[in-house]
Order: sequence, then C-alpha cells, then structure tokens
Amino acid sequence: MSLSSNQHLRRYLWPCAGLLVLFIINAIISPEFFHIEFKDGRFYGSLIDVLNRAAPVALLAIGMALVIATAGVDLSVGSIMAIAGAVSAYFITKGVDSLALIIGAGLVAGLIAGIINGFLVGYMSIQPIVATLILMVAGRGIAQLINEGQIVTFDHPGFAFLGTGSFLGLPFPVVLVIITFAIVQLLTRRTALGLYIEAVGANPSASRYIGLNEKAIKMSVYCVAAVCAALAGMIAAADIRGSDANNAGLWLELDAILAVVIGGASLMGGRFSILLAIIGALIIQTLTVTIILSGIPPKYNLLIKATAIILVLLLQSPLFQKQLSQLKFWKNKKEMNNA
Amino acid sequence: MSQVVLQLQNIHKKFPGVHALKGVNFTLRAGEIHALLGENGAGKSTLIKVMTGVYQRDDGDILLNNQAIFPNNTGDAQALGISTVYQEVNLLPNLTVAQNIYLGREPRRFGLINWTKVNQDAAQLLKGYDLDIDVTQPLSSYSIAVQQLIAIARGVDMSAKVLILDEPTASLDADEVQTLFRIMRDLKARGIGIVFVTHFLDQVYAVTDRITILRSAQLVGEFETATLSRAELIGHMLGKELAALGEHKPQAHATSGDALLSVQAISRQATLSPTDIAVSKGEVVGLAGLLGSGRTELCRLIFGVDKKHSGNVTFHGQPVNFSSPRDAIIAGMGLCPEDRKHDGILGQLSIRENIILARQVKQGWWKFISRKEQEEIANNFVKELSVATSDIEKPIEQLSGGNQQKVILARWLAANPSLLILDEPTRGIDIGAHAEIIRLIRKLCDQGLALIVASSELEELVAFSNKVVVLRDRQKVTELTGDEINPQRIMQAIAAH
Amino acid sequence: MLNRKFIPLTITCCLFFLLFGIGSVQFEGFGSTQVFFNLFSDNAFLIIAAVGMTFVILSGGIDLSVGAVIALTGVVCSVLISRYQLHPLIVFPIVLIGGTIFGAIMGAIIHYYKMQPFIVTLAGMFFARGLASVISEESIPIEHEFYNQVSAFGFEVLGGAWIGSSTIICLVVLVIAIITAHYTRFGGRVYAIGGDANSAALMGIPLAQTTIRIYAISAFLASLAGIVYSFYTFSGYSLAAVGVELDAIAAVVIGGTLLTGGYGYMFGTLMGVLIMGVVQTYISFDGTLSSWWTKIVIGLLLFCFIALQQLLIKTTPR
Repeated sequence: MSLSSNQHLRRYLWPCAGLLVLFIINAIISPEFFHIEFKDGRFYGSLIDVLNRAAPVALLAIGMALVIATAGVDLSVGSIMAIAGAVSAYFITKGVDSLALIIGAGLVAGLIAGIINGFLVGYMSIQPIVATLILMVAGRGIAQLINEGQIVTFDHPGFAFLGTGSFLGLPFPVVLVIITFAIVQLLTRRTALGLYIEAVGANPSASRYIGLNEKAIKMSVYCVAAVCAALAGMIAAADIRGSDANNAGLWLELDAILAVVIGGASLMGGRFSILLAIIGALIIQTLTVTIILSGIPPKYNLLIKATAIILVLLLQSPLFQKQLSQLKFWKNKKEMNNA
Repeated sequence: MSQVVLQLQNIHKKFPGVHALKGVNFTLRAGEIHALLGENGAGKSTLIKVMTGVYQRDDGDILLNNQAIFPNNTGDAQALGISTVYQEVNLLPNLTVAQNIYLGREPRRFGLINWTKVNQDAAQLLKGYDLDIDVTQPLSSYSIAVQQLIAIARGVDMSAKVLILDEPTASLDADEVQTLFRIMRDLKARGIGIVFVTHFLDQVYAVTDRITILRSAQLVGEFETATLSRAELIGHMLGKELAALGEHKPQAHATSGDALLSVQAISRQATLSPTDIAVSKGEVVGLAGLLGSGRTELCRLIFGVDKKHSGNVTFHGQPVNFSSPRDAIIAGMGLCPEDRKHDGILGQLSIRENIILARQVKQGWWKFISRKEQEEIANNFVKELSVATSDIEKPIEQLSGGNQQKVILARWLAANPSLLILDEPTRGIDIGAHAEIIRLIRKLCDQGLALIVASSELEELVAFSNKVVVLRDRQKVTELTGDEINPQRIMQAIAAH
Repeated sequence: MLNRKFIPLTITCCLFFLLFGIGSVQFEGFGSTQVFFNLFSDNAFLIIAAVGMTFVILSGGIDLSVGAVIALTGVVCSVLISRYQLHPLIVFPIVLIGGTIFGAIMGAIIHYYKMQPFIVTLAGMFFARGLASVISEESIPIEHEFYNQVSAFGFEVLGGAWIGSSTIICLVVLVIAIITAHYTRFGGRVYAIGGDANSAALMGIPLAQTTIRIYAISAFLASLAGIVYSFYTFSGYSLAAVGVELDAIAAVVIGGTLLTGGYGYMFGTLMGVLIMGVVQTYISFDGTLSSWWTKIVIGLLLFCFIALQQLLIKTTPR
C-alpha cells in the first residue's frame, strides 16, 4: 500500500515544497512576512496580501486545470475577464442596483463565451489553442465596445465589496476563491465528472468505448473556465472600481496556464488537481513578493518567471529525467571508482 | 535460382514485457515476390520495421547483397535500397504528386528547385506505371490505389533493390488490385525483390512465389507458394495445437430460440455487408475470420461505436438503436476492444478507476460510487481475476498486457452486463494469463452471461464456443454449431472461395 | 474548376479588393496609391514577423515569442547604439545573430524534449520580455545619423506615394520567403512536416534540423522586424509590440494558411496583413467607428477562416 500513498504524495510534494521554500526565504529576508495583524475586523500582513493578489489567477487556474486535464488550453480567459468587468460596469452605470443582477450578468457573459469556446473545441474539433485565440483577440474588442472605449468608473459599494471587502477577516476575493474551489471540488470529486474529465484527457479513444461523451465534457470544462474567468474579471473591476477593457486580465491566461503547469499537471491531459493549481498560483505570487523583498529589482520578475517555467517543463520531460539520472549514474560511478 | 538479395538471420527484438521476435529468419531473392504472413501480433510488422530501420534489432544479422547492414532509420534503409510502401500510404497528402515523388531530392538549377523538370520527370516516371495523371495536383485528390502506385514509383525510383509492400491491397477494389499486381510483376521482371504483406489469401496465391509464415513471434517456415495448399497455409498461420485446452462445452441455457440478442442484416458501408447474428443467454458465440474479415467491425456496430447504416437489433426482446456505446452499456452490454492500448486502458489512471468506470457510466455521473465502494469492487475483481498487483492505486499502464486485459474484463463485469463482447481477448498476452482468460470465459458463460468472442485463434474458439460465425471479406459466410465446430471446418470456411 | 487549395487565398484576395473598393467609393482619398503603399510602410514590421510566423505555422507549430523578440531587439539596439556608441551596421548583425540563436534553442527544446511549441515559445516570450526589461525598463531613444538617413531614404512612385526603406525591406523579405518556401528543398520540408511529421520522417526528412531551422528563421525575422520597428519609433522599449504575435497569427490564418500546418502561401500572409491594415484604415477614415472594431472584425475574420478551413478539411475526398 506504500506505493499508492507515495505516488499521491509525490504529486503534492514538489509544488508544496516549492511554496514552502519561498515562504522560508521570504521569512528570512523579511521577518515581517509572517506577521499578521488583526485590525478593524480584518487581517493584514504580507501573507494575506499574497493570498489576495493571487486570487484572480487562482480563480483562472481552477478553470484552466480542468481545461488542461482534457488536453486543451484556454487562451481567452484574460479577455473574458475584461468582458465580464465591462458588462457589470455597464449595468451599474445604467443604474441597475441589484447586486445579484449585476453579478449574474457578468457570469452569464462569461458563460456565453465558454459556450462559444466549448462549441468550437468540442463540436467543431478545432484545436483548443486556435479556437480560444478567436475570443482572445475579439473579446478585448467586445469589452471595449461595451465600454465605448473608455475606462468606465462606477460607485457601487455592494459591487466594490467583491474586490475590497472582507469576510471573517479575510479579503473577499480570497473567500470567493475558497467558495469556487469548494464548489468545483464538490462537482468534480463528489460526482464522477472529475473522473470523466481525467478519462477523456488520458485516452479519448478508450473513453468513447466506455460511453463517455467527449464533446459534452469538453463543453462543460470550457464553460467552467469561462465562468471562473468572469468572476475573476468582476473582482478585478471591483478592486479598481472601474472597468479597463485594455488592461483587465491582460496576460493572466498565461499566468493561469503557468500555475497549472507548476502544479504538476501535464499539458497532454489526464490527471488534474485543483488544489495544486491554486498552489501554483500562490507560488507565482509568492515568487513575485520574494523578488521584491530580496531587493532584486522587480524588472527581473519576468526573467525569473521564464526560467522557472523552463525548469518545471524540463523536469516534467521524460528525456530530461533520463538525462538527469544518467548524470547521477556517472557521478555515482566516479565516486565509486575514486573510493 | 536467382541470387539472394536480403537475408535476415536469427533476428531478436524485445520490447518491455514482450519478446516480439524470437530468432526469425527471412530470405528474399532478387526478382521474386515473397509473401510474409501471420495473424496480428505474429511479428510481421516488427520484422518489417527491423528491416527498414524503424526499430533496431537486439540480436541477429541483416545482410543486403551479403553485406551486413545497420539501418538506423528509414532514411538509411532507403539509401541502402530498401523501400517500404505502407497500407495507409505514408506520403504527404498536402503536397503535389510530383513533390511527393521527389521530396528531398528535387532536381535543382542555380540552387533553386526546377519545378518544370520535377513535374516532367514525375509524369514520365508515372507513365511507366500506366498512370497518366496531373502530377501538379495534391496527392489527396487521388484515390488510395493511385497513391499507393505513386508510393511504389517513389520507392523504386530511389534505386530500390528491395520493395516492401505492407498490406497495400487492404483498401483497393478488384481492378485496382489487378493493376497493382501487374506493376508488381513488372518490377519482379526488373530484378527487384518484393516483400508482400497481406491477409488476403487469394492474393497470395495470385501473385507470390514463396511464402514465409510467422506465428507468435516465431518463424513457422518458408514455403513454395505452388506446393502449399490453402488449408495447410491457414493451419500454419493459426496453429493447430488443439487438445491443449481441453474440450469443455458450456451448456447453453436457453436454446429455445429466445435470443437475448438478435441482429438482422446489420451493415455499414465499406465496412460490413449485411450480417445476422443471434446470441442466447449463457451462450458463447465465436467470431472466426482472418484479420480484415469484418470481425471487429461487427463488434463495433453492435455496440454502437460506429453508426450502422442498416439492420435491426433486438436486445432482451426489445428493438434497440444505440447511438453511442453509452446506450449499449445502459442496456446491459460491454465491449472489450481489440486494441487494448489505444481503445482499452486509460494509462495514467489507477486500476481502481479503470475498473469502476463502466459501472459509473451505467449509473450516471451524479450517482457517484463512493471511494470505499470503489475500493471494494476493485479489490474483489483483482482477487477474483487474480490480477497480479499489490495495489489497486497503481496506474494501469504499469501492468503487463495480460493483467491489463484482466482489468479491462473486470471493468465490464463490474457493470453487470447481460452480454459481453470480447474482441481478441487473448491477443498479446502470456500463456498463463491466456489460459486464465479462457477459463474465465467458460465460468462467466456457466453463470448465465452471454458472450460474443472474436478471435483468430481457432483452438480457442473451438474450446469454448457453442456456435461459431465465420466471416470473410467483410461478410458472414457460414455459421457452425455442435459437432461442426472443429478447426478443420472453420479453416475450410475461412479459406473457401 | 478552381483548385480547392486556392479557395482560402482567393477569398482573401477578393476580400481585400472588396474592402479597398468599398473604402474608395465611400471616402475621398481612400482609393489612392498613397493609401495603398501606406499599408506596407505602416505594417512593414508586422509583415516581416508574419512571414516568419508563416514558416512556423506551415510546419504545424506556433511561435508566441515574436512580439517579445521585437521588443528585445529594439532595446538591445538602442542600448548598443545610444549608450555604447556602436554603429547600427555593427549592431544589426549582432541582434540578428542573437535572435537566430534564441529561436534555434527554442526549436531544439521543442524537438528534442518533445514539448508543445506553444508552451516553449510562451516561456521564450517571458524570457525575451524579461531580458528586455532587465536591460532597461525605460524607453531609450536612438539618436544616430544612420537612423535619420534610413528613415529619409526612399523614392516617390506614381500618384505621389512614398516607398520608404521599411517597405523595401519588407518586400525583399517577402520575395526571399516566397522563394524559400516554394523553390528550395527546405521549403518542401516545412510543408512536409506540417502535412504529417510521421510520414515526413519515414520519407527521410531530417526532423531535428528542419524544426530548429524553422524556429531560428522565425526568431531571425522577428529580430529584423524589431529593427524595422525601431526605424518608426527611434527608440527601444521593453513593452513595445505587445500582442504582435497575435496579429501575426491572425494575418497568417486570414491569409489562408491552415493552422494545423501543411497548406498555405507566403503571399496569403501578405494579403492577411493588408486586410487588417485596410480595416484599420477604413475605421480611421470613417471617424465615427471606434478603434476597437478592428479587434472585433479581426476576431470575426479569424472565426470565418477557421470555420472555412474546417469545412474544407471535412469535405476533402480521401
């Protein structure tokens, strides 16, 4: 029985260890890092800050993890964020006061985008990168259209709560991530959907023989990804009390993909873990903080991130693992010869 | 006798868990057409891949004109004079005919490709093959038959001494086959040695001079076509070691004509001619026939993997029309596909997950089988089918072929089917597991399960079938029952023409 | 009958002339050679980058690092010219060689480690942008006599249109690319790999060498596009040319190249860029339409062409 728990643990080992190492480095550089203060009914501190800032990417990563599990990818989530932000801003500025209606409109906008992606990938069998590229390009235009090219600012305390409020002392975006995580986790792990998604990703042909509907499963994961993105988009808009179609969610799709990959998922599909994807998002955000804290100018941010991706990808590659173990083998041999 | 051009001696090739070639010899002479025969998994394709440098041999020698050669890839083999034409035509459909013929060796002028010359040369070359076509059109605008001839022309033009034709006739009609044969005889007259892989025995007799037969990764022998009878040939291919498994006919529970499954005139264009089949509760119906006879296709049509173009299916006395395997599963069927790796296992997923999936699909995604229940089911089946594993959480891809097959069987048994279709359940698995699976089939049948088992192993079919349906050339040719079920009769039915 | 493989390209060409025609009828001054040649000079860098992208997409890959390489090239040029006082003619070979090596490394990783091009070039994009911002976060102006000369260079043609140095460079690149794609063995290999990499390997095509070269060419052309870009801006900035890779991909697809590889023409890519340019020009002539319509129209065009491709694949007789 040791094997199973080992394998299970090993998937969590590296991402968790990575996060831990970053935490420790941060704590060494800045003893303040773990300092958390309770003031005015909410917690403050670097760690809380990391959680709060990682929230949008974490939300995207939840959806992206499912999409990648089906051997797909969704490049349009950044644009969907912009659309959802613009849609909710539009409703607010048109005088709609009902929070449910505003949020509902944003989510529906996301769902429509997800249906388009899911239709193109699932039912028209267009490669995911290509299919989602369409909305990635057009989506930002649509958002600008809704905003009529302006940065639309608004004042709606209820909506702003999404981005800046707090609940049980935690920033509300973090609470939203936890709720979304719980819902998606329930949906995928307390029903058979998660297993179906993994089956389709692991072997689409065999899945057909088991009676799985690949098209519907793909449709559903793109919808989940888009709805998560819409939520992230509304958080981003609520945070700045405005909708900026040009910059909302810009390049975040890449961070989301990265978060999932850092979480150990294979781009070829199969096994997924939403928790690991969220940890991946936390690693990205913590790394940014580490860079700031360690006094490395923030301009090194991207370069370090790029190096991290390449390393993670190489470590996943079977050939690289083989080369690495050969290296070890030769080293051991040398040591033996020396001894 | 003409001179030997290619000689393979004592070739061994091992893959993880499989010994795919066990000391095989093969001799090809200049100016002969040499058939290479064997059922799926016999080692034909591995042998060809060793000849053409796709695989490297683990042991043995390859001599081309008495010189040892070590091709590392197909490019090497081509340069040495060994060209291959595959069934699925491994040319490039997006390029023009002329580009395909001269890819990588286009005539150039001032460093640039001289397209006029490329196209003229290509047209000229193809005239030699009775092909008068527009060589500037993309390859995909021509039929497979024409593409095949183009592939042959390319291979021969690259100074081939040896031409390997891997199932070239599988998708050709009769006229096209005749054209191909004429070209083959032409090339033979020019002194080229041709290796011809096919599963159509008529064609073997029509065009070949000698035959080499492989079975279970071993050489059965080399024969003169003229002196080998059809029945002997099939005997060599399918093996005759009968008695080994013993005769134990399960008694069919209901022979009253109340068929559990009754299929009338099921067909699909270019796949299967209208075919009938009926199965009663507790009965094993064997599907016999060579590769490409329509065995697998029939299984897929019944299970709803492919859409049938005509025919009626009655299951449990109800007319059914499955639009997907899911419908079939819910109705109470299961299908173990032929290609375990591609269509069967979900490699990354655990044994447990692989076992419970079909049952889960039958129940519906919202009625999740709890982890505890999953473990219980999986552990039970692992024990019952004696799957050799210490842990049901191991990814299935880490098991041997035989154990994988048992897990796939468990997957379907866990879904409580009333009819189970097994397509080549014993392919590519070791002898121990083989015997266990046969025993299991008998036991299931005794428990009242109805089974359809497609197999190319005659002794296997004889050992457990109550009824054998023989297919040939994508249609049913006969149905054998009772004492008629013996290897000779099946062989005759397969071979007759 | 019209050859099927020319259908997308024909549609692209017709669309271009249709759009140009509508603009000419509707607006005074639209249908002039000046507007036409401005499409080239305004989009020269995009044409060059899209030509590189065409090689990649023809082979069935994708290169997301193009925009970042353009920015990196600009930054390196401006630093070497303005801070280290090197002559541009010395700097250009350096950045071009550097860019080529960068692409070759990506190609090698893609081939040898069997990784998806999109994730490798994504990492490449982060890397190039990261390197650019490490070198300088500020925009660095380029002040050199040579740049003034280059931007002043050109000649007038019929109707008062000006053909500048960037137009000349992009046309030269296009001609060389067309010759390479259609008249060299390398070009044949690119199409072959895009058609079916397995078959291509069985037919003796050297996969490793060809893949590495394809990405090297793409990065080389992206560097060249970066140099041309710096002729417009007279500066280098690490956040320049954001999203150019998407414009390039869109141009390639609208130009009729199949995104799965194997089918397409260099000339189509030119038409793709020109269509995008015409849409932009139309919108700026109109004045009432806003710039974001460009993105929506490009998205719609992308969708139509991808749907058309899918249709053509599905109806191809086999």
